[in-house]
Amino acid sequence: MKSALNIILPLLVAATVLGAWEWAVTHWQVPVYVLPAPSAIAAAFAGNFSSLMGSWLSTIAVTILAFFFATLAAVSLAILFSESRMAERALYPYAITIQVTPVVAIAPLILIWVGYDRVTTAETLIAAIVAFFPILSNATLGLKSANFDLIDLAHLYGASRWQVLLRIRLPTALPNLLAGMKTGGGLALIGAVVAEFVAGSGTATGLAWRIIESGNRLEIATLFAALALLAATGILIFAALSLLEWALLRRWHESAIGA
Amino acid sequence: MTLLTLSQVRKAFPNGTVALDGLSFGVGQGEFVSLLGPSGCGKSTALRLAAGLLEPDSGTIDYPDAKPQIGFVFQEPTLMPWADALANARLPLDLKRVPRADADAQAQAALARVGLEGFEHAYPRELSGGMKMRVSIARALAARPKLLLLDEPFAALDEITRTGLGEDLLRLWREDGLTILFVTHSVSESSYLSQRVLVMTPRPGRVSADIVLAAGRDTRLSPSTIEAQRNISNALGLAAIE
Repeated sequence: MKSALNIILPLLVAATVLGAWEWAVTHWQVPVYVLPAPSAIAAAFAGNFSSLMGSWLSTIAVTILAFFFATLAAVSLAILFSESRMAERALYPYAITIQVTPVVAIAPLILIWVGYDRVTTAETLIAAIVAFFPILSNATLGLKSANFDLIDLAHLYGASRWQVLLRIRLPTALPNLLAGMKTGGGLALIGAVVAEFVAGSGTATGLAWRIIESGNRLEIATLFAALALLAATGILIFAALSLLEWALLRRWHESAIGA
Repeated sequence: MTLLTLSQVRKAFPNGTVALDGLSFGVGQGEFVSLLGPSGCGKSTALRLAAGLLEPDSGTIDYPDAKPQIGFVFQEPTLMPWADALANARLPLDLKRVPRADADAQAQAALARVGLEGFEHAYPRELSGGMKMRVSIARALAARPKLLLLDEPFAALDEITRTGLGEDLLRLWREDGLTILFVTHSVSESSYLSQRVLVMTPRPGRVSADIVLAAGRDTRLSPSTIEAQRNISNALGLAAIE
C-alpha cells in the first residue's frame, strides 16, 4: 500500500500540474514561443525523437564516463587519505579548491587544453570534476569511520593493511560512499550539460546543445522536450543509484531496511 | 607453568594520562584469572598490552613459550554489521587465509558451541544483545586460541543473559583447557568464575592484591563463593558484603 502510494501520489501531482498547464495555456492563449502546452511539447518530442535520442545518448555517455572516472579517482584518493594522514594534509586543500572553483570558470581552459577536436574528452573531464568532491568527502568519512576495535582485532590475527581495507574499511564506508555517489551522479549530469554549454556550437552534440539551438530558433516546444529529457535522465540516474544502494545495504544498514 | 608474565609495566597515553605504572603479574597455563578494579584503572589497557595491541613505555610483557594464539572479546560485540553470524565468526580464519570450506566448518562449530546453531545466516541487527556477544565469543574461539582475553564482555548485558554467558564461558574453559584473562568490575562475577582475582588500584593501575580463590564455589550462592566475594571486597576497600 505504502509503495503504491509512493508511485500514485507523484503521478497524481504530475497529472494535475500538466492538466492545469494545458488548460491555462489554451485559456489565456499563451504564445507557443513563451510557454508551449504539454501536448505541444509531447508533439515536439515525437517529431524530433531520433535527433533528441541521438543528443541524449551523447549526454548520457559523457555523464556515465565522467561518473565512472570521478568515482574511481575519488575512491582511490579517499583510500590514500584513510591510509596516510600526511597525504590527506598535503592534498585535501587542493581537492577543496577544485570543489569551490566554479566549473564554468575553468571549463574554457580545459576545452583549450584538451582541444576542441577532442571535445568529448574535455566534457567528460569537466563533468568528472563536478562529480568528484562529494564522492571523495563521503568516501573519506566512511573509510575513517571503521571501528577501531575491529581493526585491532584484525591486527591481532596478523591482517595486512590490504585485508583491513578490503574486509573492514571499505564495507564500513559503503553507506557513505553510496550517498556520495548519489550526489555525484546528479552532479555528473549537471557537469556534462555545463560542459556542452561552454563548448558551444559546432562541437557539442548533446542535449544542452539542443536546448541552445532550439532557443535560438525559438522552437520552445523542442527546448522543453530536451529539458524534460534532461530532468528524466537525472531522475533515472538517482533511481538507479538508489536501487544499487538498496541492493547493497538492505540486509544490514538501517538506512535501507524497510525502504 | 607460566603462560604470560607482565613485569613493572608502565603505560602513559599521549594526553599525559598514566594508565599503568609498576604493573606486574603472571598467568599460568590453563588458569582463569580475573583482573578486577574500579573504572579507569587501566584494566583494558593491560589487556591490550597482553594482546600486543599496545606497546608498554617500560617494563616487559613476556610469553615464556612462544606467544600463543589469542582470542579477544571486547566489551561491545564489535561485529561487522554487513556480515552474517557465520562470516563474523569466520573473520579470524579469513584473515589467516584458511581455505573457505575449513573456515566455514570451524566457524560453524564455534557458533554451535555458544548455542547459535541455526543462526549462521542471521545478521547482527537480527540478533539480541546476548546473541551478538555469543557471536563475538564464537569469533574468538574460531581460531582455536590458547589464551582468551575478555574485556568486560558482559558489562552491557542484563543479569539473566550475563549469568548464562558466564556459565558458557566456564564450560568452554573446562572443555578446551583455555587460559583466560577476564577483565571485570563485578565482584560477584570474578568470585564465581575465576580461580584467581587480581585486584587493581585506581589509576595509575597496578596489582594491589592477588587472591587465590578456594575450591568449592559450585554455584553463585555457595558459602565459599560468598566468602570469596568478601575477600575481594575487602581487598578493594569496599565494606564487607554481609
